[in-house]
Amino acid sequence: METIEIKVNGETHTITADPNTPLLYVLRNELELNGPKFGCGLQQCGACMVLIGSQAQPSCMLPVSAVSGKDIRTLEGLVSKNGDLHKVQQAFIDEQAAQCGYCMNGMIMQGVSISEQEPEADERRIRERLQINICRCGTHCRILKAIKKSIAP
Amino acid sequence: MKYSNKPGRRNFMKQLGSVSIGFSLFGSLSCLTENEKELAMVFEHTPKNERIDSWLQVLEDGSIEIYTGKMELGQGISIAIMQVAAEELNIPVSRIAIHLAETGITPDEGITAGSRSIETSAMSVRQAAACAREILMEIAGTSMKLPVNELVLEDGQIRGREEVKNFHELLQGNQIERAAYEPKEYYGKTQRNIVGKPVKRPDLEKMVRGETFYIHDMRFPEMVHARVVRPPVYGAVLQSIRQEELDLEPGFLKLVRSGSFLGIITEGEYQAVQLQQKMTDRCKWYVTKELPQYENLTNYIKSLPADTQTDVENGNLAEAQQNAQITHKAVYSKPWIMHGSNGPSCAIALFDKEKLHIWCHSQGVYPLRETIAKMLNIPVTDIHIKGVPGSGCYGHNPADDVAAEAAIMAMEFPGRHIRLQWMRQEEHAWEPYGTAMLMEHKATLDSTGKITSWNYELWSDTHSTRPANGDPANLLPGRYLDKGFEAPQGGGWRGGTIRNAEPLYSLDNFKLTSHSFSGPLRVSALRSLGAYANIYGIECFMNELAAKAKADPFEFRIRHLNDERAINCLKELQRMTTAVNPESGEGFGIGFARYKNSASYCAVAALVGFSENKPAIKHMWGVIEAGECINSDGLKNQTEGGMIQSASWTLMEQVTFDREHITSTDWYSYPMLRYPEIPKIEVTVIDRPDLPPSGAGESAQGPTAAAVTNALFKATGSRIRDLPLSK
Repeated sequence: METIEIKVNGETHTITADPNTPLLYVLRNELELNGPKFGCGLQQCGACMVLIGSQAQPSCMLPVSAVSGKDIRTLEGLVSKNGDLHKVQQAFIDEQAAQCGYCMNGMIMQGVSISEQEPEADERRIRERLQINICRCGTHCRILKAIKKSIAP
Repeated sequence: MKYSNKPGRRNFMKQLGSVSIGFSLFGSLSCLTENEKELAMVFEHTPKNERIDSWLQVLEDGSIEIYTGKMELGQGISIAIMQVAAEELNIPVSRIAIHLAETGITPDEGITAGSRSIETSAMSVRQAAACAREILMEIAGTSMKLPVNELVLEDGQIRGREEVKNFHELLQGNQIERAAYEPKEYYGKTQRNIVGKPVKRPDLEKMVRGETFYIHDMRFPEMVHARVVRPPVYGAVLQSIRQEELDLEPGFLKLVRSGSFLGIITEGEYQAVQLQQKMTDRCKWYVTKELPQYENLTNYIKSLPADTQTDVENGNLAEAQQNAQITHKAVYSKPWIMHGSNGPSCAIALFDKEKLHIWCHSQGVYPLRETIAKMLNIPVTDIHIKGVPGSGCYGHNPADDVAAEAAIMAMEFPGRHIRLQWMRQEEHAWEPYGTAMLMEHKATLDSTGKITSWNYELWSDTHSTRPANGDPANLLPGRYLDKGFEAPQGGGWRGGTIRNAEPLYSLDNFKLTSHSFSGPLRVSALRSLGAYANIYGIECFMNELAAKAKADPFEFRIRHLNDERAINCLKELQRMTTAVNPESGEGFGIGFARYKNSASYCAVAALVGFSENKPAIKHMWGVIEAGECINSDGLKNQTEGGMIQSASWTLMEQVTFDREHITSTDWYSYPMLRYPEIPKIEVTVIDRPDLPPSGAGESAQGPTAAAVTNALFKATGSRIRDLPLSK
């Protein structure tokens, strides 16, 4: 067990954990965040994605010790202080881009990442970026639409 | 953040035998101590389905709480039920809350399955709400001394000449205890201000914000974590465990062993994950049964003993076959495929004060309660199960198994909430799959291109081993416990096997024979059950027959239909796709069915080409007619989703196994359609408000499989009949 500092959604948290613990378990169980979800634990499905800087990354195999000092954002951190949704979040509601919604966290994280890194991305590129994200309900077309219309600055 | 009651909403419910307590979606268990008397009623009470207040209660602020015995699975049933209630009571959807399946609280509506929730739950709520409106108007008339036709119901309030009262004021805190009756009017049919509209789902707001919504998000004070140590193979007996220095493992609390069931409980979740790994290496199993190996699925299935039965026999097949101009035969097959829920199954259980509480995403909390009671040998009246949404399940996934496992461990570790979540490899390798099937068709045509006979023989394992009959062997841990509930034999219930096995087309001479076998893998209900494979075979065969008759596939189908709704559905699809002009290397194909031959009509078209030498779906079109449409966007969403899911099954999905166990253990060894391969989709809804509504969540599965396969044939000129198409 070690004491580790991590910066999540603008706040610094000091946690005591096995340094090998994947970030996902720390976010869900120590910080009680619901955004990142456990999907596969193998970096194959994207349900657990978080933003590190502007990069969407699976958190299920990422040791918590490796992200100390980095800027981590989760779904919760996208909502402004006054409760307003991020434009990508809002687009998911506008397009009703969910069925069970379990994968939605990863899709929104990718959407935000694209909007910050390459807001000019075309549909082909968006699809490429979403390659890792699994949706089992088949809501892909709505999700693509939501991301396409919300990434522009 | 821990859970607390929603403030001050339910005190009124203490009365009149209509019990509801602080179990909101994430109700606090603090009421365990505060309201023991009320809580006791959760165990003894079952709301009576005929009573209005079992479905609908008026809250203190005049808003409405709806009680459904069904579960939200991502199919959007909640919003549909809220809409029908809002319409009848002329109250905004935002002032309606919905309480999902919970024993002792909501009506017992069995299992959320078979696309029946609109037809059953939503219609019960509609009736209760329409009755409630009429009763409230009468009460208002009496209290305001006015005839009912001079009152105005608006915005959830009733207005007389001088005064306005909300529903709570009118009922003076009471609920409507009367039995529902046939109301004079359904606003859903006569006014339709809310029903039929694309009303947005309120649950999406919670999802995008990362609010507590899923079972996976529930946290209780002092909650501990658990994992199950799996055998290497279905048939295995736990011989020995090396338990040395277990106490030194970080966070270790308890090892729960009963027969060959082995669970571990730890303080932290990751500790449980690590210990699960370690214990798997420390267990010795005796393998009692290996899995079979075969070269060819068709031959293998035919080699299995089967219980054979003639299900339908119309006309004189032999005579028609003798007089035939053209005879055509084809054999199709589909492999085992999986639900593969995105979020592994999860449950929380607590055994406290001799009572067992379970939170889980089961599709049937009441049937599960009965089965768990038998498994644990405790009275049903000692168990309380609350349904909380999980990841989309598409049928009988391990939701019930994980609940049963959490319950077994809770009984051995009382006083603390135990959270158990399966790992990806467990979800993939231990879920009950949709069974492999074999479909043999033989038909004859006359010189005018009319089908004169059709003989269909199909082979299938069962499509339901749900814990619905109280048999603990249908719960995965049931098989491994000391008590040793025998693993269920396959075969059994045939209803799923022959679902949509009889073509909707008018056939004078038709025979259906089903062979029910007991296969090697654990199987149960997967979205549309046997209908997926039956429609796939029938609709591919229809295209093959159309070709023999030198007819256009649309025209050939319409020629054999006398059901106007079916014909309209196909004509709409034809209209949508008239401009489609496949390029070289591309093909266009269609598929059609009425789900269960009694629910929604669905026609699907696909344009298929190639990408990197693999079949690639470019575009799909769908038409759905589900009678009266309750939520047009929900209906579209379900149809689009069904089309994509079915396209994925059809193109690439297949459960693999070796002698020992399932080898499809993650998303690489069991690939599915991903974003770059997702086609464009267009769906048209045909709304028939003059008809009763029917469920539609499973309607697209079969037609899509056939549309894609028929299109691929057109693209290549060679017909693949064994799924998946890209092996």
